[in-house]
This record gives sequence, structure tokens and C-alpha cells, in this order.
Amino acid sequence: MRLLGLSRKDTRFLLIVIFLTMATPILLQPFPEGSGLATFNAGYPDLMQRFAIFGIFAIGFNILFGLTGYLSFGHAAFLGVGSYTVVWMYKLLDYNVVYGLPLAVAVSAVFAVVIGYVSLRRSGIYFSILTLAFAQMSYNLAYSVLTPLTNGETGLQVYGNDPQVLLGATEANSPHFFGWVMNDNFWEPVIGGWKFTFNNGYYFTAIIAIIAFYVSLRIFRSPFGLMLRAIKTNQTRLNYTGINTRPYTLAAFVISGMYAGLAGGLMAAMDPLAGAERMQWTASGEVVLMTILGGAGTLMGPILGAGFIKYFENIFSKINDSVLHGWFGFLPDGLEDFLIGVSHFFVGKSWHLTLGLLFMLVVVFLPGGLVEGGQRIAAMFRKKSGGKDDAAHQPKPAPHVAE
Amino acid sequence: MGILEVKGVGKRFGGLQALSDVNLSVAEHSVHAIIGPNGAGKSTLLNVFVGKLIPDTGSVMFNGQSVLGRKPHEINQMGISRVFQTPEIFGDLTVMENVMISCFAKRDGAFRLHAFRTVAHEADIVEHAEQVLEDVNMLDKRNMHAASMSRGDKRRLEMAMCLSQDPQLLLLDEPTAGMARADTNNTIALLKEINQKRDITMVIIEHDMHVVFSLADRITVLAQGTPLVEDTPERIKGHPKVKEAYLGESA
Ligand SMILES: Nc1ncnc2c1ncn2[C@@H]1O[C@H](COP(=O)(O)OP(=O)(O)OP(=O)(O)O)[C@@H](O)[C@H]1O
Ligand SMILES: [Mg+2]
Repeated sequence: MRLLGLSRKDTRFLLIVIFLTMATPILLQPFPEGSGLATFNAGYPDLMQRFAIFGIFAIGFNILFGLTGYLSFGHAAFLGVGSYTVVWMYKLLDYNVVYGLPLAVAVSAVFAVVIGYVSLRRSGIYFSILTLAFAQMSYNLAYSVLTPLTNGETGLQVYGNDPQVLLGATEANSPHFFGWVMNDNFWEPVIGGWKFTFNNGYYFTAIIAIIAFYVSLRIFRSPFGLMLRAIKTNQTRLNYTGINTRPYTLAAFVISGMYAGLAGGLMAAMDPLAGAERMQWTASGEVVLMTILGGAGTLMGPILGAGFIKYFENIFSKINDSVLHGWFGFLPDGLEDFLIGVSHFFVGKSWHLTLGLLFMLVVVFLPGGLVEGGQRIAAMFRKKSGGKDDAAHQPKPAPHVAE
Repeated sequence: MGILEVKGVGKRFGGLQALSDVNLSVAEHSVHAIIGPNGAGKSTLLNVFVGKLIPDTGSVMFNGQSVLGRKPHEINQMGISRVFQTPEIFGDLTVMENVMISCFAKRDGAFRLHAFRTVAHEADIVEHAEQVLEDVNMLDKRNMHAASMSRGDKRRLEMAMCLSQDPQLLLLDEPTAGMARADTNNTIALLKEINQKRDITMVIIEHDMHVVFSLADRITVLAQGTPLVEDTPERIKGHPKVKEAYLGESA
């Protein structure tokens, strides 16, 4: 089967992504409520929305970093721009996200043109530093200088005396899409001991994430995407082949900035707030980690990386003493205390340590990220099932950007 | 008037006068060889032609238009392609993708935002790239990772990339270096055919005199940044100054 101009393989790929996204509320609730492992359930709306939003952020970032190799350390700036734009539309018009989201994409595109135009005059580490400088400037502007626009430290939010000129008498008083209220759950079945939450906001974000994934899939397979990959391998050759690389890198930068703006807008669509901290360099660094952890330049990598990091951030940080006592309670007291003491280094507030260790392990042993891990496992199974083709005697095929 | 007219070109690197007062006229449809000892300035001269270097003095006209001050991609789009002394290819891509990029550059120009087309569906590009790979005898390697090939194959690939653009002027910097004898002979045959059938003018830098004398219509001998003599291959062979300055060592 082929869909929407995709090859058979890519169609299958897209269908898998659609299935996984749609079934997330079920797949991420593998443990029954109240069981000791229920802490590891991630199927609650707030976290699922974050998976989808950061997935979009990382997919877009990968178009720049994964394809062209230009490592931006300032993409959180667009996240903030997107959020502020959407909250402003709430304040001026009403809570329907239909005005804010497209505008968030457009405004971040404008920002990206300016930042990209300047930063792309340099490459390598100098490019990274320039983007970082721009993002920190944006952060400081948002935090103090532009207080009338951003409400400074407090963060931008909707107040009772805001114009909201389009607000209808019966209209919801929180973000919605033509009445589809983001905060609401449309179905909350309890089956056996399992509780599932089907949230409006999650499905809204998930559908946008699928579209975002599809667009990136098309870009990967396009002549434009091929040029971006060529920039990463040998920019000099490309210039002498008659290609002006500057507009290509700028286009990639702007597209990835638009993805980031969309992600930022969606954050404000789930929770009608925007704060300067969203633009901080740590947020820019996080998307870099996501992309590398998952596998830069691969289609699935950024999604896996985003899911992985958000899962750790939310689940491991939640594991506190009472949870640990619950797990190790059956052990003799001395051993229990010892294990809890050791665990303290890895869970709760120390979850960063676990993530850091995992990141190191992946970078050292799986330079291609989690995707490479998956491919190796798949290859092992293929070998076991007795595949006859002898890899050593075949010409080495190029690593495919799919998978 | 030649297709390429070089007048009074000079280039200094710090204390080294790499080129001085170079005059050269390359006739359309000809194969013009530049020979000379290591460090004579041959590659530097090509760098001036493709916009990698701007000379301190002189002018370089291609088809009556100056190339000086233009960006490398603009010069390529004018119709000049170059094969480098150390192969410049897209190592992380496949052989086929390498050639397709050249084809796209020729068809679509320096920039085109074709983000929603699919490479595999560009039938004209795919067909053309396959044809070119067939011409250089590399079709069987089409799915190979370019970086994993031998140096000779990389050079052939780079040549295929240039040929796919059907340039008016092809600049070749030691195209057979690192090739086995058989491949060298194939390359000579290929270049001869290209020059005669497709009317592509060539400037070729080469240390291998067998290659030079099989292909060249005219030869310029460059020594210490200055042309020593320019003549037909027969006359160059017997030229006393050349024997002394260059051929003397190898003949
Ligand atoms: N960018 C540069 N900066 C400084 N010196 C340079 C530069 N490029 C070339 N040179 C010097 O200019 C001289 C001519 O170099 P060039 O590469 O043109 O020689 P060549 O004739 O191509 O030699 P070969 O046959 O070894 O390739 C050499 O002495 C080289 O070291
Ligand atoms: Mg040289």
C-alpha cells in the first residue's frame, strides 16, 4: 500500500507512527492502578501531551541538525516566541487556539529568518555560539526589557480585564479548538484494575504531531532533503557543483524554527501560560540531547529521544522515599535502608544523574542513538532466523536515513 | 578568442609568488594540458578559475565574461566543472545520490525549495544519473557508500558528477592519480570520447605523460608559477627548455 506520495516502506512507517500515537493512552498504562509498578505508568494527559509536543520540537530540530549538521543551541527561543504569541491571541481575541497556533508558526518563522541569516554566516562551533547568544538575548529581553509584552518574571497569562473581543457568552474559559476543550477528557474507561484517560488536548496535539512527522518524512525524501544531507557531508563539493548552500541552510533553519514555534504554541494551548524560562539555554540543550539520544538524522530518533527524556524527567523524578519503601519494604531493614540510600542517587531529584549515565552509555556504545540500538537488535533476530546473505561479501550499502 | 582567456594572472602567498604573469588561451573543443613540476602552481591556477582564489593581478574570462569575484556555485552554473586533486565527493551518500545531486544542480539551478517532491520520483534525474554511471562503468556500484570506495573509484565518481552536468569547460586536476593502469586507459578513452562526441573543452593537469600525450591538443609547461612554453605535444616533446626543466627528470 502507498499513501500520500510515500513509498511502500514509508507508508508502513507512517502507519506505525499513527498507530503508536493513537494508542498511547493504552500503551503507556501497562500496570494496574494501585500496583507497585503503577508509578511507571505514563498514560496521563499532562505527560502524553508533553511527549507529543517535544516530539514535534525534536522532529523539527532534526531537520536542521540531523540533516545539515548545523548544531543550534538556541532553538528554545522559538519555543518561547510560539507560547507568547498564542497567549496574546487568547488575551486579544479568545481562547480558540485556531488563531494563535498558525500565528505562532509565522512569528517564529520571522524570528528564525533573522537569527538564521546572521548565525549561518559562520559554521561549526561559531554557529552554535551565535545561536546560543541570540537565545540568551531573547531570554533576557523576555525576562526584563520587554515586560509590557511578556509580563516579565510572572509570565504572560490571561486576566479578567483582557479585551478577548471574540469571546462568546457560552464559550469555554480555557483553551479549546472550536469548542473541543483541551483540558477535558472524552473517555475515561476503567477496565479491570486499569484506568485509561483519553484526553482532548492529547489527541489534538497528537494529530498535529503526526502531520509534523509526515512533513518531515517528505522533506527527508525530497531533493531539498538530499541537498541538506550533502551539506553535512561536503559543503565544499556542493558549492563547486553549482549549489548555493546558504539559502538551503537558511530554509532548514527556518523550517526547524517553525516546528519549535508550533511546539511552543501547543504548550500554551495545553496550559494558557507563557514564561521566559521556556527560552533558557537549558531548554535549547534539552532538544539537542533528545535528538542525539534518539539518533540524529534518523526519522524516528528524535521522537524516541523526546519520549525517553520526558519519561525520565516525569517518572523517575516522581519516585520518592515512600515509593521506595513500598518496593523494598519486604527486605530486612539494613538492606532496605542501603538500597534506598543507593537509589537516592538515581531517582527523585537526582534523575538527571540517571539520564546523564544513560546518555553517556548511548553516545559511547551506540553513536547512532536508540535507533541504532533497535537496528542492532533487529539484525540479531534476522541472523538467528537464518538469513543467508553474507554481509561480508556484499558491497557495504550506505546507511539509510530511514528507520 | 578562446573559451577561456587568462591574462597576466599573479598570486602571492606571503613570501611565495605562486603565480606570476600567467597568460593562457584555451581554444574551444580542445584538450589543453598543463604540466610542470610539483609546486609549480598548477592547482593554484585552477583554484583561480573556479573562484576558490582571487588573484592579485590579471583577468580570467570565460566565454567573454569575467569569472573573478564570482562565487564557486555561480562559476559552476556558468558551465565550468572541476575534478579536484584529492577527490571531493559526498562520502556519506551513495554513489547514485552523489551523481543525482549534480543532476539536480544542473536542472534546477543554485537553489530550489523542492521540499515536497520525492527524489525517487524524479524520473529524468534518475535516468540521467544511471546513464552517466553506465558511461563511467560504475552502475554496479550505484548503492555503495561513496566513502568506502577506492581512491580511483572516488575519482571516477567525481568525474561522473562533473560529466552529468554537461559542462562547457571541464577542469581535471590529475584525474588518473591513484588509478591502476587499466583504469587509466579506460579514463583516457572516456575523456577522448567526451571531448570528441560532446564537444566538452578540457583543461587537464597531469603528471603521467602517457595520459598527456594521448589526450592533449596543446600543452602549457608551468614552472615556478610562470608558463615556460606553450605548444603542440610533438613540439613540446622535443623542446630543449622543457627537457631541461621538466621532462629531463622523468624521461
Ligand atoms: N592556500 C595556499 N596558501 C599558501 N600557499 C599555498 C596555497 N596553495 C598553494 N600554495 C603553495 O603554492 C605553491 C603551488 O602550489 P600548487 O598546489 O598550485 O602546486 P601544483 O603545481 O599543483 O603541485 P602538485 O603537482 O604537487 O599538485 C606551492 O608551493 C604551495 O605550497
Ligand atoms: Mg596540484
